[in-house]
Amino acid sequence: MIQRLIATSRNTLLAPLLDNNPITLQVLGLCSALAVTSSLRPAIFMSVAVISVLVFANVTVSLLRHVIPQSIRLIIEVTLIASAVIVVDEVLKAFVPDVAAILSVFVGLIITNCIVLARVESFAMHHGVWASLLDALGNGLGYAWILLLVGAIRELLGAGSLLGQEILPLAESGGWFEPNQLMLLTPSAFFLLALLVWTIRSLRPVQRSQSDQIRSDNPPSGAAP
Amino acid sequence: MTGDLVIIAFRAIFIENLALNFLLGVCTYIAVSQRVATALGLGMAVTVVQTITVPVNNLIYRNLLEPEALRWAGVVGLDLSFLRFITFIGVIAAGVQILELTLDRYFPRLQHSLGVYLPLLTVNCAILGGSLFMVQRDYSFSESVAYGFGSGAGWALAIVLFATIRERIDESEVPEGLRGLGLAFVVTGILALGFAGLRGLEF
Repeated sequence: MIQRLIATSRNTLLAPLLDNNPITLQVLGLCSALAVTSSLRPAIFMSVAVISVLVFANVTVSLLRHVIPQSIRLIIEVTLIASAVIVVDEVLKAFVPDVAAILSVFVGLIITNCIVLARVESFAMHHGVWASLLDALGNGLGYAWILLLVGAIRELLGAGSLLGQEILPLAESGGWFEPNQLMLLTPSAFFLLALLVWTIRSLRPVQRSQSDQIRSDNPPSGAAP
Repeated sequence: MTGDLVIIAFRAIFIENLALNFLLGVCTYIAVSQRVATALGLGMAVTVVQTITVPVNNLIYRNLLEPEALRWAGVVGLDLSFLRFITFIGVIAAGVQILELTLDRYFPRLQHSLGVYLPLLTVNCAILGGSLFMVQRDYSFSESVAYGFGSGAGWALAIVLFATIRERIDESEVPEGLRGLGLAFVVTGILALGFAGLRGLEF
């Protein structure tokens, strides 16, 4: 009994990391994934922000799930998410103003980040608090590692540095590395994500067949928002 | 004056394209682009919603939320701008609902083809993003009308272009793992490169 509980908990937490990743499989929350990853530091803060909002929204909705009337549940969910985002935005502005300036509108856009609404709507409305917490953490981490990976690659190849520290000695200051300016522009984020999706789907052929859903006329249940 | 408005709309469509330059609304953009007809309908819906919600949000922000905005009501020293997220999303949700009712009454066929995607415009980042950029760039009312239209039309242009390409590449032979989502990203990246080339234009 307890072992089964542990197994389901672990599955809820770990499945979204690779096997059911919100970005590469469910195609959710792409906007911010691509837009804030031109260097590592904003990507880190964005990940933390999204995880906090996700945890708050999933737990509160799960607590309130028997009280929320079906007909107005979307409005209530969005309001809860928006409240969490306001707090996160104020905290960022107060403690790390430089990052808040880089993230600019993208903090506000966490409200419309499809991952949050999809988890709240499809998981937290039907599951207990503990499971919802794990689900939020799992999906948040699944989102975060992709964000951090793309952010790290773009900063390393685009500016030769990580978190502002020079890693690859730049050619202009006597080193050998010629930074690739393209990496700092938005198209590179698409190319990197494409390579990432390709890698994951080569390692996990199961995910290939599901990719056909995206191409069919009927929207896949999770991928629509 | 009119020239300024045209420039704002032009910039919003081509240079600062919401989908290809700021990567907003990309989820919908990837999910609803198998058919050109559907993409066109959705693009039109986004343009309409955007042209309505950005100016409405502009009025609300200017007259109620901005720091010192409530001076006309005799309230001094009040800054409600942190409420903009909740207010904007409320306005957008209401706008989408009204558009849905209108379409249902007068254009049932379009309503049918847009189906589930219309309500989802509420959580489309491009729509909320448009309103947030409006605040960030401090647009006046008439500028926000031009920006709302331009950014919506730019998004529509991007999704229609993408759907057109996608109908073609659906048939092509690509590595198994790249098929579908991976290829969609590559194509969008190339499209975004094309639009990035316009960035040098200055007015």
